[in-house]
Parts: sequence; structure tokens; C-alpha cells
Amino acid sequence: MKTLVRYFKSLLLIELFRGLGLTLRYLLRPKYTMHYPMEHIPKSNRFRGLHALRRYPNGEERCIACKLCEAVCPALAITIDSAARECDGQRRTTRYDIDLFKCIFCGFCEESCPVDSIVETGIHEYHFDSRDESVVTKSQLLAIGDRFEADIAAARAQDAVFR
Amino acid sequence: MDEALFNQLVWPVACIFAIVLPLVLAVAMFVYWERKIIGWMHVRMGPNKVGPLGLFQAFADVLKLLCKEVILPTHANRVLYYLAPMLALIPALAAWAVIPFSDQLVLANVNAGLLYLLAMTSLGVYGIILAGWASNSRYALLGAMRSAAQVISYELAMGLCLVCVLVLAGSLNLSAIVHAQAGSRGMLDWFWLPLLPAFFIYFISGVAETNRAPFDVAEGESEIVAGFHVEYSGSAFALFFLAEYANMILVSFLAAILFWGGWLSPFPVSWGGLGHSSFWWLFIKAFFFAFCFLWFRATFPRYRYDQIMRLGWKVFIPITLVWVLVAGCLKYYGLAGN
Repeated sequence: MKTLVRYFKSLLLIELFRGLGLTLRYLLRPKYTMHYPMEHIPKSNRFRGLHALRRYPNGEERCIACKLCEAVCPALAITIDSAARECDGQRRTTRYDIDLFKCIFCGFCEESCPVDSIVETGIHEYHFDSRDESVVTKSQLLAIGDRFEADIAAARAQDAVFR
Repeated sequence: MDEALFNQLVWPVACIFAIVLPLVLAVAMFVYWERKIIGWMHVRMGPNKVGPLGLFQAFADVLKLLCKEVILPTHANRVLYYLAPMLALIPALAAWAVIPFSDQLVLANVNAGLLYLLAMTSLGVYGIILAGWASNSRYALLGAMRSAAQVISYELAMGLCLVCVLVLAGSLNLSAIVHAQAGSRGMLDWFWLPLLPAFFIYFISGVAETNRAPFDVAEGESEIVAGFHVEYSGSAFALFFLAEYANMILVSFLAAILFWGGWLSPFPVSWGGLGHSSFWWLFIKAFFFAFCFLWFRATFPRYRYDQIMRLGWKVFIPITLVWVLVAGCLKYYGLAGN
């Protein structure tokens, strides 16, 4: 009896029509596709993208060359040289390089920084024209920080209550 | 101009162009439509960047294919290798000669039109077999063997379905078959009602004949890369593509003509404007069946090879054999056909 029922069920193509109905319903659904260059998905304020070095509002750079970020970096992507600054003798970096090919964007550098100097911004759309451009230097990082300071500060302010 | 020359050469060639050019255009639009439909069923957009709504995508792809090099594999049989795509395409286009688009609009009103169609659709498989053999590739050979076995099995069931139509219509002429479906009750007079199982089997066999999903073991990209056309590139591949899609549209038109009243209106003649028969009815029906091809592809997973053989030989052929008998009885007792 059971086999007979199954036989007629398969003969009447019931399951196949069910499947067709399912795909037809999906045909009419709103689509998930994001038109990427024109549209963007929302991004968290904790997003870890391209790095930047920040300054204080008076224009003094925050970094004091403590090298905690260099020490904590699991990918060994950060290289720092330091010296006493000539004008006032303060300890400052003379070299601050991040190799973006090595970097795994874990955010440890940002967490370890006692003065909130090295940060990871929300920028994720960037490219290099050649391989040797993968190492971003101190001046480049400071320039990124200067340019996007408003966004960086806003993201930090949003996240401040959780820290 | 010389009248004989006009009648024998210029006019037929013009007619052929009037069918083939829209057909090639329809294939281009069909490819676009397929990618759209399958995209929508996957909850994606489908092509939408090239031209308005992505409408030029198919033309961009054709242009790309025509610009690419046709590569001849080592130790391939040069003559057969180049002959195969043409052998696939020519029957696919030639079959269109006997398709009646409306009451008067038919290129060749052949009396044995149905036989001619059966012959042409079967000839296409030679292109596939030769392509698979001449490529000197194991994948291609496997695809060709599968395709040959499949097409031969399903041709029997398909032929028997056509016999059912033949019994009811009493003619092999396609225009006469459509005329035999005309009646006062609109779509209830068409052959799909007395021949419903035969219609389903015909259409499923048509999907199998054109090597489309879920019967696309000949191509079987997850098993044998691309089957019989794995070694073809550029315009040779484009010809296979064109043949496959022209065949799909042909099967859709045939389903509409043989079972769904061709150009006849689905409404009774007494309804006035809606009851008028016209080319557009045929177009709408064929469009729906063509859509079904894409719908199947988006819905069903590929059949295993032995399942295909089982379905063809142990299910379809017995059912159609019985239904030939049923059709004969219906005809004899005057319950269907005229």
C-alpha cells in the first residue's frame, strides 16, 4: 500500500511541483544584492581598517615611542626607531613603519597604546600600485590621522562607554 | 527583376533571414533572461550593469566570444573538430522552417512537417558526438557518450508522444495539427487535455533532448568539466551555445503548437477580441514554456546517469505506449480530436 501511494505520488510529480513553487516564491522576493560601489553596508565603529597616528588638539603628536605596539604586534608588522627630539629633548619616534602585508588587523596595537596614538580607522578601500608601497611610514600615518581625525574621534567617542 | 529568380531565390532567402535573425536575437535575449531568472530565484539581481538593466550583457558576451581564439587541441581531428559545431547549429536552425507562426505565416508548409522536425532534432546529436570524439579529450568523449545515450532513449518517448498527437490530429502537417485543435470551447479543445500525460512526457523529453538541467549530464560541469564542448573556445563554442538555445526555443514552440493550440486563442471564439487567434498567443505560450526551462534549471538538481536511463526506458516509454492506445480509443469513440 505504502509503495503504491509513493508510486502515484511520484507519478503525479507532486514533489517536483512543490519545488517549483518554492523557487517561484523566491523569484518574487526582495533581493539581497548590495550595489557595492554605489551602496555600502553599515560599518561598526569598532571596525579595524587602515592605521593612523593621531595628534593632540594643539598639533603635538601623541606617540611617545613607548614601543608597546611594536612589542605586542603578533605579526611583527610594526618597526619603531626613537630618539630625543632636538628642540625640547622629548622622547619621540624617528621612524614608525607598518607593513600592511604583514598586518593582520587584530587591533592589539590600538589596545596597547597608552596615549591613543596608533588607531585603526574605518577605511577599508585602499590599494597599492606596487609592492614596496605596502609599508606606510610615520608621515603617511600622521597624514591619514590628520585627514580623518573627525571620524576617528567620533568612533572613539561612540565606543567610550564600553571601555 | 526576373520573376523566376525572385520567386526561387530572393524571396526564400529573405524569408529565411526573417526567421533566423529574430531567432538569433531571441537567443541573445533568452540568455540574458535566463541569467536574470536564475539570479532572481537565488535572490540575486542577475546582470544589471551593461546597458540599461543589463540588456546588452548578452551582446557583450557574444562580442567577447567572437574576439577570442579558436584553439585546436593536439591530435584533434581537424576536419571533424571544426565541422561539429556547424553540425550542431544547422539542424537547430533548419528545424524552424516548418514552424507555423500563424494561420498563413509559415516558411515551408511541409506535409510531413512533424517527421522533418523529429529528424532535425535528432541530427543535432551528431554535432555533439563528433565534438566529443574529435576533441581528443576524455571529458569530451564521456560527455558525448552520455549525450548520445540520453538523446536516443528520450527520442523514443518523445516520438511516441508525437504519435499521440498524430492520432488525434490525423495529420503530420503542423498547421493542420493546430487547425485540428480549433473548436468552440477555446483551450478545452486543445490536445493538452486528452493527452495530458503525453504532454508532460513530451516536455520533459524535450528538456532531456536539449541536454538542459536537470538532464545536463552531457555537460555535467561538476563531474566532467563541460562535457562535449570542454575543448571549444571562442566562436566555435558560441555556435554550440546558439544551437542549444535555439533548440530550447524550438521545443517551447513545439509544445505550444502540438499541445496548446499554437496561435489559437485560449478563449472561445464567441468572446470577440480575446477570442481572436494571432501570433501573439503562440508567442506567449512559447515564452512560458521557455521560462519553464529556466525554472527547472533553478529548481532541480542534476539526475544521475542511471536515473535518467531508468526514467526514460522504464517510466516514460510504457506510459506513452499506453497513452497511444488511450488516444486511439478517444479518437475512435469520438471523444477527442476531429
